[in-house]
Amino acid sequence: MVLIRKVIKTFGVEYLQILDEEGTIDESLRPDLTEDRIKEIYHLMVLARMFDEKLFKLQRMGKIGTYAPIKGQEAAQIGTAFAISKDDWTVPTFREFGVYLARGADRVKLVQVWNGDTRAFHGDAKNLPVAIPVGSQALHGVGIAWASKMRGENKVALTYFGDGATSEGDVLEAFNFAGAFGIPVIFVCQDNQWAISTPRKVQTAAETIAQKAIAFGFKGLQVDGNDVLAVYAATKEAVERARKGEPTLLELLTYRMSDHTTSDDASKYRTEADVHAWDSKDPVLRLEKFFRKQGWWTDDYGAWVRSECEKEINDAVEKGLAIPPPPPEDMFSHIFAEMIPDHKRQLEELKAELGDAQ
Amino acid sequence: MKMHMVAALNQALDQAMAKDKSVLVMGEDVGVDGGVFRVTEGLYQKYPGRSIDTPLAESAIVGVAVGLALNGMKPICEIQFSGFTYQAFGQIKQHLARFRQRSDGCMTLPMIVRAPCAGGIRALEHHSESPEAFYVHCQGLKVVMPSGPYDAKGLLLASIEDPDPVMFFEPKSIYRAFKEEVPEDYYTIPLGKANLVREGSKLTIVTWGAMLRLVQQTLEANPMDADVIDMRTLAPLDMETVLTSIKKTGRAIVVSEETRAGSMAGDIAARIQEDAIMHLDAPVIRVTSFDIPFPQFALEKYHLPNVKRVQAAIAKVMSY
Ligand SMILES: Cc1ncc(C[n+]2csc(CCOP(=O)(O)OP(=O)(O)O)c2C)c(N)n1
Ligand SMILES: [Mg+2]
Repeated sequence: MVLIRKVIKTFGVEYLQILDEEGTIDESLRPDLTEDRIKEIYHLMVLARMFDEKLFKLQRMGKIGTYAPIKGQEAAQIGTAFAISKDDWTVPTFREFGVYLARGADRVKLVQVWNGDTRAFHGDAKNLPVAIPVGSQALHGVGIAWASKMRGENKVALTYFGDGATSEGDVLEAFNFAGAFGIPVIFVCQDNQWAISTPRKVQTAAETIAQKAIAFGFKGLQVDGNDVLAVYAATKEAVERARKGEPTLLELLTYRMSDHTTSDDASKYRTEADVHAWDSKDPVLRLEKFFRKQGWWTDDYGAWVRSECEKEINDAVEKGLAIPPPPPEDMFSHIFAEMIPDHKRQLEELKAELGDAQ
Repeated sequence: MKMHMVAALNQALDQAMAKDKSVLVMGEDVGVDGGVFRVTEGLYQKYPGRSIDTPLAESAIVGVAVGLALNGMKPICEIQFSGFTYQAFGQIKQHLARFRQRSDGCMTLPMIVRAPCAGGIRALEHHSESPEAFYVHCQGLKVVMPSGPYDAKGLLLASIEDPDPVMFFEPKSIYRAFKEEVPEDYYTIPLGKANLVREGSKLTIVTWGAMLRLVQQTLEANPMDADVIDMRTLAPLDMETVLTSIKKTGRAIVVSEETRAGSMAGDIAARIQEDAIMHLDAPVIRVTSFDIPFPQFALEKYHLPNVKRVQAAIAKVMSY
């Protein structure tokens, strides 16, 4: 007899955690990182935590523009960006301050950018500027990685987006291209449980975001996004796959501990208790617990890291805020390679207007 | 009661939902949060199931709403910022604007796409654009932009009653900038009819949206015997009111927050010279933003029309 109703394929979704909430490591999964390298990661995470707090405060004081905080997502951002090389690419959203830090972006310029002066993005060729239209940049990551494959460079593109973004057509279309053409792209979904006020469960009936990759023919896995070692290890493996022409979707389970941006008031749609439920999973604390267990921690070391970070931040903020805003004529300078006649005329109009004002 | 535009819009939505059970509000963060600008505040609680938080997908919001409208509902879609209506541009241009024509009038789309638009609040990229001309150019859509709280309520209610799709743009810089007396009662302001806000005899100033306030500020600083016309609706365009005024004054400027090339300001200026050239004593001047993508917010104050720019245009047409 011929069976006409049968299961033809079953799928599973892998979950990875290496450090548990107590900072206990699963030795069998320990990534190949020396104490010094892990301390570098820790240093960057503390820098990200403190810089983020500083920028949030500066916005509240009216000193910089709208800011999207990353508190709670330090492991997801530093762990991924730390796992690629300088020649690989990052394609961020608007909430990737930590990624820029880990990529070694000039600290002063970062302050300048978040102060609304995009001149500072110049020359940072492999870290794309902030992308605001949700999900739209996922396609760029695919194109960048594809070009790398075509040119035989074999570089990867770490392409970031949020849980909310996975509802956008652009993201799903990016998945499809990546799978169909075997593109060395790594999709990093920071599943921080919220898209402004919209909780993760409203976005999709799918139990995991990772499983969406399966439908497009490549590997997706869920990772404890507050465990920096797991994030790092998963990204490293994804890089290996990418160099063979296989994309990966990493769903990094994390939590947006702060408001959506400085214009948002999260107390409208979630309780303090919702947020505090994630306190014990904090990525920075988790690493400190791990350090204690490894015998790497002293209070002096902790204080030293903080004071180094504070110096770095204060210096960047002081210099960054002191940079005068771009001159008005800058508006016309970067529209085309050569300024078109209408822009020349309009620039003259503007100059006349400003001249009058003096 | 005196209220700002957000409250007036909220009241309009509330009254429309109370009146007609098929009216529903849908979009990103419109439910529990009441919208990022709070326009839909309280509707989620008051009308269970009819103020819907959607997944983050503008094309789906509009495309699915088209289906809802085809089957008896009256969706009011909120797109969080007009700069993200482009994610839904295919649905708007290819379907929203065309169903009536495609079906020879058998299938219609009485629905609305609302979106905050325009600049002036030092926002991030894509949060400050004035896209009205794109949507006028789609043909088949009505395009509305209120200039204050009173108009906002009446125009929104008229848009909800309208049998055709309406793009309803709300200038966010005046969401809470000032209050006006807004009647508690349900009322509508007809679409396709401009408002002669102020009467004069020497100059016609045509404007809409947040720019009305700029024009008023300019005239306060520099009194001028001018007609001020608030277009209220960019499609259909009420040229009759404009032309009647021009025949009286002989001079006109159009003040708009749009970039200049391909703008509604240009379209209105063209219509004036086509239909009233013999009445004109001076060329019609457009006062707009510059022809560049909206700049980083550190520079927006130089980009947007300001009192100086309006004054310079007035001086130019008056001295011609
Ligand atoms: C296309 C588009 N629609 C709407 C918005 C407004 N918006 C900015 S962030 C955001 C939520 C994004 O959620 P998610 O993708 O989960 O990223 P997260 O903010 O959590 O980092 C929304 C709706 C936008 N920027 N772009
Ligand atoms: Mg999110």
